[in-house]
Formats: sequence, structure tokens, C-alpha cells
Amino acid sequence: MDTSEDILKQASPDLVRGPDTIRAAKAARLSPSFISWLQAGPMMLVFLAFFLIPLVFVVIVSFWDYNEYQLLPAFSGRGYTDTFEGCIAQLPDLCTIGRTYVKTLKLCVMVWAITLFIGFWVAYFLAFHVKSKTWQMGLSLLCTIPFWTSNVIRMIAWIPLLGRNGLVNSGLVKSGLINQPLEWLLFSEFSVVLALVHLFTFFMVVPIFNSMVRIDKSLIEAAYDAGATGFQTLVNVIIPLAKPGIVIGSIFVITIVMGDFITIGVMGGQQIASAGKIIETRVNALQFPAAAANAVILLVITFLIITMMSRIVDIKKEL
Amino acid sequence: MKEGRPRSFYVLAIFFAAYTLFLYGPMIAIYVLSFQGPSGGLTFPMNGVSTFWIAKLFQGTGIVDLGAAFRRSLLLGVIVMIVTVVLSVAAGMAFRRKFKAQSILFYSAIASLIVPSIITSLGISLEFRIIDDLIKAHWNENFETSMGLLTSGLGAHLTWTLPFGLLIMFAIFNRFDPRLEEAARDLGATPWQAFRHVVLPIILPSVIGIGLFGFTLSWDELARSSQAIGAVNTLPLDLQGLTTTVTNPDIYALGTVISAVSFTVISLALGTIHVLNKRQAAKGSDAGKGLV
Repeated sequence: MDTSEDILKQASPDLVRGPDTIRAAKAARLSPSFISWLQAGPMMLVFLAFFLIPLVFVVIVSFWDYNEYQLLPAFSGRGYTDTFEGCIAQLPDLCTIGRTYVKTLKLCVMVWAITLFIGFWVAYFLAFHVKSKTWQMGLSLLCTIPFWTSNVIRMIAWIPLLGRNGLVNSGLVKSGLINQPLEWLLFSEFSVVLALVHLFTFFMVVPIFNSMVRIDKSLIEAAYDAGATGFQTLVNVIIPLAKPGIVIGSIFVITIVMGDFITIGVMGGQQIASAGKIIETRVNALQFPAAAANAVILLVITFLIITMMSRIVDIKKEL
Repeated sequence: MKEGRPRSFYVLAIFFAAYTLFLYGPMIAIYVLSFQGPSGGLTFPMNGVSTFWIAKLFQGTGIVDLGAAFRRSLLLGVIVMIVTVVLSVAAGMAFRRKFKAQSILFYSAIASLIVPSIITSLGISLEFRIIDDLIKAHWNENFETSMGLLTSGLGAHLTWTLPFGLLIMFAIFNRFDPRLEEAARDLGATPWQAFRHVVLPIILPSVIGIGLFGFTLSWDELARSSQAIGAVNTLPLDLQGLTTTVTNPDIYALGTVISAVSFTVISLALGTIHVLNKRQAAKGSDAGKGLV
């Protein structure tokens, strides 16, 4: 038989708290910070074990010595001196590492400019011209699906199009525009930039779109009412308000291209050097301290670029 | 009078269509080419239509042991997916309150996302090499290696998937109405009950989205695996290895098989999200609707 307390509890558990709920309430009241630790701790541990400590090891090992086949845990600047070998002697010509970084930065700037242009207008179209929410979602999804598929496949997908006997070349030859196939279409700087743009424009579209949909449409109407032309509205209203998205997208694209070695390897026919590729080459030669030294240099340069860019926008506020 | 669309709409619509073609065109080309006839080559035209190259993959006569790599990638992908979902939801809940180390976790996640993958991968490989050396020196001389698919490999993949999971959780809770949870608590729900019966059902579609990111990012991961996976290869690593030696449509067939798994997972996830959203719309309460 139910006691009156039980009935009351069923009707309104708020009035009569059972021992369980009291204990739970106490636990929650006593240590909200403990619960936060419990919730966030596992993720923190993963980052600690597989990201922060590894970074520390990269820095430490970059100052170790090495021989043909193993690490020697003794202080040495050999990783760095090997990397910068000949840099002073060859002045004013650039040494290998200098040339490689100039080349990587050049690729970076090209890919950044193209992805920014495409990303901006794709996001603009989605945010301002597509009025229906369903269409907006459908089209955004259309841009996102390739991101969930393999990058290597998206790279090799260019081979049947750009190869010596590929669609583009055979089309051009048949139409009489050229006499023999163009060699620079595949395994060249051109194909590297093309593939990087193909793979990573997504990283521009998403943040810029995010900033743009948050723009109050009445601001644009106000600009229009005040007599601004479409171009003036774009430059004075939309671009400033979309700036956080532009900066975040740029950070993504630039850091990806700076560290890339796979796209540059596959699409450059393993012939083009890049900042990321040096690290891979050193690792394959089992010269870990030299690889680590190159990683530190790359990290510092990437960090400098990001700091410069995040001067323009507070990332944390934008998320 | 009906206001027509501005000219810029049509210009940008064509631009968007061209971008979509640019995105999908090449991919579709290799899916088609993987059905080349047995004498077909790497480029168009097709020399007949067959499933010769795809069948060849599964017979294991190809260069790589596809079956083993396939199972490894699948296993890793599923584990990464589960861990990503659980840790992201938990950490996302933690971020709804202020707690110490909040910004450390936030900046770790962002840094993990944008520090070049090759550096993370190298760091993990160095970490495990040093652990191996320590074990060999102090405990067991015959110790082989602690590096492997489910140790260093799993860790490497998580540094890539967890930031996405966390960012998605931020997006979810930006839109989440905390009054729903308060109402549950006022009705006497314990924190766990409020989570289980109120918060989780509401955020479930997005949580499936996190799972989708977790699996697909791991399934296709390459840069971080490259140094940290140990002795065995995942499927994308095998595929990358093939790019330098390839002379026949094997590689397209492998690409098509890998993509087929991706597309199956994507459709399953999107389908589930769609059904859940529909159910929420149909069964959700109309409370508060009269007020807005």
C-alpha cells in the first residue's frame, strides 16, 4: 500500500525528494567543478598524450644528435645546422631550405587567393541569394559531402582528366588548338595548386558562410536605402562583417598548405619540394632530429602567420 | 508586380554550379573508370564495361592485401567514431559552465586542428619511439614496439576528429534553450535524468553528425597516420602508396570501394538525422508557440 508520501512523491517529486535525488542533488551541489573535470578531463587527456606531449618531444628531439640509424639523446644543434647547411656560404643565393620555403609560401599565397575568391562568392550565394532554408541546407550539404570522402581519391581523380592522354589533352588536340599534349597539366605546380584548391575551398566556404548568415539583413537594406550601390554595400558592409569568417578560413587554408606533403607529393609527382615534404624525407631517412628541427621551423613560421592574422580577429569570440 | 531576381543571382548561380561541377566532376570520372573492361587503361575512352578491376581487388591478387587493410581501417574508424562522440558530448556539456582549464582545452583543440598534421604525426612517432626505448632499456630487452593501430594510430586520429566534435558541440549549445533543462530539474529530474531524457534527445541529430565526422575523417585520414600508425597500413595509406606505381585501373577500383563505404556511412547518418528531425517536429510539444 502506498503511503501518502509516496503518492505525493509521484504527483510532485519536487516537493518530496527521495534519498536518491537528495544524494544526487548534493553531489551536483557539492562539486560542480569536479563534474566539469570528469566531463572535460578525458578529452584533455587525449590532447595531452597525443598532441601536447608529442609537440614537446618534437622540440626536445630537434636538439638531439643522430647517426645513420638511431637517435642519440645528447644535446646537439646538428638537426638545425644540417638543415641550414650552406645558407651563409651561398649568399646572396638562397640555400635549399630557403628556396623550399619561398616555394611553399608562393604555393600558399596562390591557393589562398584562389580559395578565398571562390569561397567568398560561394558563401555569398548561399547566404544572400538562396532564400529557402531547405535549399540552403541542401546546397551546403552538396559542398560538404566531398569533405567526408577521401582526399587521395579526390587527387587521383584528376589523373584521367589531366594526364598525357587525358580528357583535357585529347580534347585540345582533337580541336586542333595544340599539336601535342600539354605536359604541364599533371605532376606540376599547376596540378598541385588545382588539387589544393579542389580539396580545401571547403575550409573557406564554411566560416565565411557562418559569418554571412549572421549579418542582419536590415543592415543591407539600410545601406541600399541610404543610396549605396551594390558594390559599396559589398565593400563597406558585407566584407567588414564577414571578416571573422574570412580570417578563420584563411588560417585553415594557409596552415594546411604550409604543412602539406601529401597533395604536393601525389600531384607534383614527388618532384616538388615543400616545407612538409622535407620533414617526410628526413623521417624516411631516419634522421629524426633533423626532421624535428624542420618541424620546429615550420611550427614557428605557421605560428607567426596565425598570430599576425588573429590580430585582426578574436577567434574565441567567433565560435 | 513580382520583384524579379537581380542579375547577380544568375551570375552567382552559374558560378556555384561551376564550383559544384569542379567538386564532383573528377570524382565521378574515376567512379566510371573503375568499371573499365579488362583491357582498359587509366584514361578515357572506356574499353567496355566490367567489374573486372573491382573483382580483382577482392580476389587479393592486387599489390596490397586489401582485405586486411579494409578491416583495420573499419575497426579504427568505428572506435574513433565512438570515442569522438562520447568525449565530445561530455566536454561539450562541461563547456556550458565555467571551469578552470576551460581555455586550455579550447586552445588545445584549436591548435590540434591547425598545427600541420605532419608535425603532430612526427611528435607522436617520437613519443612512442622514446617509450619503446625506455621499455627496452629498463624492463624488457625483447620488447618490440608500443606503436600500433590502436595506440599511436588511434591517438593520432583523435587529435584530428575531437576538435571537430567539440566545435560541433559549441554550435549545438549556442542554439540550445537552457530553460528546457531547468524545467526538467524543477520537475525533480536528477542531472543524469535531465541529460538522458531531455538534453540528449534534443541534441541527438547533431550527435550523429559528430559520429559522421568521427568515422569519415578517420576512414580517410592520411597525413596524421603517415608516421604514427606503426608497421601496418590503413586503406588510404595503401591507396597513396599505389599512386606512385600505378599502371592500370586497380587504383580507381580501390578508390571507388573506399568511396562507397564513405557514401554508405554518409547516407546512413543523414538519413537517421532526417528521421530524428522529423520525429522531433511531429512529436515535439507546442509549448511556448503561442508566445512567440
